[in-house]
Amino acid sequence: MMKEPQDYLQDITTMRTLMERSTRFLSLSGISGVMIGVYALLGVTTARYYLCFQPLDLLDQGGDIFLAETTQMKLVLLAIAVLVLSLGTAFILSKQKAAKKGEQLWNITARSMLVHLSTPLMVGGILMLIFFSKGWLGFLAPLSQLFYGLALVSVSKFTFSEMRGMGWVQLLLGLLATALPAYSLLCWALGFGVSHIAYGIYLHYKYER
Amino acid sequence: MKFSIAGLNKVFDSRIRLGIMAVLAVNDELDFNALKELLEVTDGNLASHLKALEKEEYIEVKKSFVGRKPNTKYEMTPKGRQAFGDHLKGLQGLIM
Repeated sequence: MMKEPQDYLQDITTMRTLMERSTRFLSLSGISGVMIGVYALLGVTTARYYLCFQPLDLLDQGGDIFLAETTQMKLVLLAIAVLVLSLGTAFILSKQKAAKKGEQLWNITARSMLVHLSTPLMVGGILMLIFFSKGWLGFLAPLSQLFYGLALVSVSKFTFSEMRGMGWVQLLLGLLATALPAYSLLCWALGFGVSHIAYGIYLHYKYER
Repeated sequence: MKFSIAGLNKVFDSRIRLGIMAVLAVNDELDFNALKELLEVTDGNLASHLKALEKEEYIEVKKSFVGRKPNTKYEMTPKGRQAFGDHLKGLQGLIM
């Protein structure tokens, strides 16, 4: 039986889909990006206006701490809350998206994405703990942004390629924040807040409708 | 005859075999369950197509143990990569 030309086109379409589905994690939810951005903005607003956190304080006196112990603890708890809420939201919404597509969340692409995320995030996390233990609090926000940016760039081959762009946004803002610490909270809000929301909306309209 | 006029490989007439080759072309190695999930086929169906590709020496089977569970991994051979590449060129020629 001879195949018709449209059969060959179908062959190619099938192969393309399979190649992409076997190498890229595409269950990442755009809506979760928007929500993570909102959490980040709420977190920054709380830190700035409720806890009266001003990054410049931290760098006076050669990087020595200039922050009450209780405020420091509150800031750490706030940061952890934002992180946990973000990871939880991303997990739940991605699981839903995978289910909608009739796929498992945990598959070979999820695994390779996590492997490539883990190196920069782990090194960054440990470095931040070291800085924290030494009392160099002023650079924690820029550091988190720099290593998150590196993680996004390195993972972009294994999920939506748009992650590369978002990674570079974080990297540039992180470098800017390191050079101009007075603006580090603003840079963090732009990176983790605004750019997550923007990319989340973009991914949602491009892939989820 | 193994090849049609356009240089297409008869072995790849089956879309499942073509699919197996496509995912193995972009992944170093995949185990049986990963292939099954990606291609959405039954165990028996997948096994018979894998067997056929193995017989052509287009893919290679690597058996090992994860703890006490046997784990079978598949990877593409250089011969398979060549054949797959030629088939893609054939397809390209047909639709251009």
